Amino acid sequence: MSAPFSWIRPEPWGIHIVPADCWVDPGRAVDKALVTHGHADHARGGHGETYATPETLAIMALRYRTGAADDAGEIPHKAMPVEYGETVRLSGGVDATYIPAGHVLGSAQVLLEHAGERVIITGDYKRRADPTCKPFEVTPCDIFITEATFGLPVFTHPPIEDEMAKLLQALTDHPDQCVLVGAYALGKAQRVIAELRAAGHTQPIYLHGAMEKMCRLYEEHGVNLGELRLVADAEKNDMRGHIIIAPPSAMNTTWSRRLPDPITAMASGWMRVRQRARQRGVELPLVISDHADWNELTRTIEEVDPTETWITHGREEALLRWCELGQRKARALALVGREDEDE
Amino acid sequence: MEEFAKLLEALVYTSSRNRKLTLIARYLRETPDPDRGWAMAALTGEIDFPAVKANTFRNLMKERVDPVLWSLSRDFVGDTAETASLLWPDNPAVETNAPSLAEVVDTLSALTRKSAPAELPKLLNRLEENERFALIKFATGGMRIGVSARLAKTAFSQAFDVPVEEVEEYWHALDAPYAELFAWAADGGDPPDVMGRPMFRPFMLAHPLEDVAIDKGVDLAEYAAEWKWDGIRVQLVRVAGETRLYSRSGDDISATFPELLDVLSIDAVVDGELMVRGDVQGGETGSDKQGGAASFNALQQRLGRKTVSKKMLAEAPAFVRLYDVLLLEGADLREQTWEQRRAALEAFMPRLPDSHFDLSNLVEARDFAHLAEIREGTREDAIEGLMLKRRDAPYIAGRKVGLWYKWKRDPLLIDCVLMYAQRGSGKRSSFYSDYTFGCWDGDPDSGAELLPVGKAYSGFTDAELKKLDKLVRQTTLNRFGPVREVERTLVFEVAFDSVHTSKRHKSGLAMRFPRIHRIRWDKPVHEADRIESLRSLIRD
Repeated sequence: MSAPFSWIRPEPWGIHIVPADCWVDPGRAVDKALVTHGHADHARGGHGETYATPETLAIMALRYRTGAADDAGEIPHKAMPVEYGETVRLSGGVDATYIPAGHVLGSAQVLLEHAGERVIITGDYKRRADPTCKPFEVTPCDIFITEATFGLPVFTHPPIEDEMAKLLQALTDHPDQCVLVGAYALGKAQRVIAELRAAGHTQPIYLHGAMEKMCRLYEEHGVNLGELRLVADAEKNDMRGHIIIAPPSAMNTTWSRRLPDPITAMASGWMRVRQRARQRGVELPLVISDHADWNELTRTIEEVDPTETWITHGREEALLRWCELGQRKARALALVGREDEDE
Repeated sequence: MEEFAKLLEALVYTSSRNRKLTLIARYLRETPDPDRGWAMAALTGEIDFPAVKANTFRNLMKERVDPVLWSLSRDFVGDTAETASLLWPDNPAVETNAPSLAEVVDTLSALTRKSAPAELPKLLNRLEENERFALIKFATGGMRIGVSARLAKTAFSQAFDVPVEEVEEYWHALDAPYAELFAWAADGGDPPDVMGRPMFRPFMLAHPLEDVAIDKGVDLAEYAAEWKWDGIRVQLVRVAGETRLYSRSGDDISATFPELLDVLSIDAVVDGELMVRGDVQGGETGSDKQGGAASFNALQQRLGRKTVSKKMLAEAPAFVRLYDVLLLEGADLREQTWEQRRAALEAFMPRLPDSHFDLSNLVEARDFAHLAEIREGTREDAIEGLMLKRRDAPYIAGRKVGLWYKWKRDPLLIDCVLMYAQRGSGKRSSFYSDYTFGCWDGDPDSGAELLPVGKAYSGFTDAELKKLDKLVRQTTLNRFGPVREVERTLVFEVAFDSVHTSKRHKSGLAMRFPRIHRIRWDKPVHEADRIESLRSLIRD
């Protein structure tokens, strides 16, 4: 009998499940990959068999459309859909179950079971209600491998209703301008739109072209986003008094010159820190994140109550310290290539 | 407090100067006395509550938050006030009701070091996050929100449509919350009575002289050239027997240099360079009246002290090398030309004691080429470069184009290797922007080591900063809190003004005002300079 948990091995570019020769969210192309969700730092193209939820596979198909000349050598993967709650048997006696993570559409935690030992890899997650995806489910396990993007006690995300009210107030205060909201194209953008609709905002919302397909995909999966228009099709003056959503990378480019006097807003957990917002030239910070904040991270560890916590990426030092103070066994994994939200 | 917190919040997220001016001006018009006066005092950095320091809040936090979590948070956020305001627990049991700024001032002024730890939490518990941020900034001074004292005064002048020069003049003679100033500007009352008070007059300042300006026909005949001495610019003011010494920013530094307070026996306002005696700078320009000055390094030992020992007064006595005279025995000379003021200053010199004053000599040159030759010919530590002053110019506060130019001598350069990087603070809190670099202690090809020689955090563009930050993250060897040790892969060409012996660095050397001159992405590290090359540049 081998040492406990020797079958799961964190490497810099992903977590290796040794008996199944399978990788979770690998940063390089492998034969067999388990993918937690569709963000580019977790889901890359070019794998052989790719196990993921049908939603995540649909997102990946959108992002890694293959066959085109400019595809940079992406090889079409073999899609292996796994529904939430479904268990697949991998080789070497490893079972993998996909559990909702509440991060974005299709996002999952992966529960791995082998030789009576249970390991959960969360991918990215949050604990707050999100109209665009299924909520995180607390599942008992021995080793809990968690993210820690916002793993510092200064990060407490306020209720999203407050942030929506701030956004709508800015619109009311400046009817001759528009509010340009920087939001990640997968997940954040759709969540902001859905929350605006929930707050009673029925006006059309204008989109940067890079958001269009993803928004349509969300709608196909039953998320109602109301009337959406493309900035490219709009007259400048028609956008006065309206909300425009663009990926953060487009905000300070020449693209934004077609907008009527935009007030620059950004929807990100980093907006909690003033200097971060200033750095980005943000005038209206909206503290909205699809990652767990400090209280959600610590609460989740308490609720899952694993024998050991491994921390994949983010501000791991502080979460390690918190574990130490609570006499919880923990270690940090140095995974490469994981990006901070919106950076 | 609520309105002040909102103002700060708005200022933090505004980068446009004009928007900032509008925000402050609106606040000043809409807020009653004395709160708006206290807000102005905070924005101009004139607030001091001796019992409340950044450390007071740090200690409060360390009683409530694990010290490790506190440090990690503080390093990430880059600002103590903000970190504390974010980490202070919201107390839903306590109804938040923010006090007025005046009430806050009363409370904070009454605190002692002993009572502060018990009283401050009561105040913080009454506030919401952005108000806590405002309170801590207000209580500890140093706002660091991108508003300079000058900007705040400009906003004041815009709010009430009064000339900013007059605001500046009155400013330094009045104390917070500036009731007389608001009575005059906002309510149309009489101007504050400041005559008979030893007040600061804003300095006339210079633009850097670019080579372009020389080509574009700055005519040397219209300017007088003068050495730019390497001390600290000061204004010595004597009115009705009372003497004060002011620094460039208008801070009263009289207590730091008591030897200068009883040597001016005539009512006057003079502008000059404060230096300490030494033998480094012997008789510049061949005049034996131009006494010796020590290097800036020697002067630095005396700066920032609230009290001065007898030993220090004897070893490093201060004197003022005079550039200009603004007021003399009741007459305001500022409207006169530089030539007239210079004549008045020269005539006035014999009435001043040689022990504490001398005259900054003029530099004669035929043309720019000749002047450049003279400028480069000097490597003395007490000279920073040259000044050009328009002969027919009056003494005008601030930097007016075409009147005064500064022409600094070229810096010294040396190639160093990047060794450590530290995260910056404020706007740069997510960037590794402070770099420690070293030189070889021998032949790098036969096992020499790098020894740190200095640290710089300027001289590169934002795009270069991003690239440097990336390199630091990719080549990290060790982490020490906010500091990372990196692989030795990058050469900086470092510019600096001078180098001195120092016990602070292992190399025994310290540079003055080092900055990154060029990033030598191309240069192999073994070609960087050796310690001995740097040591040969010492002039102490």
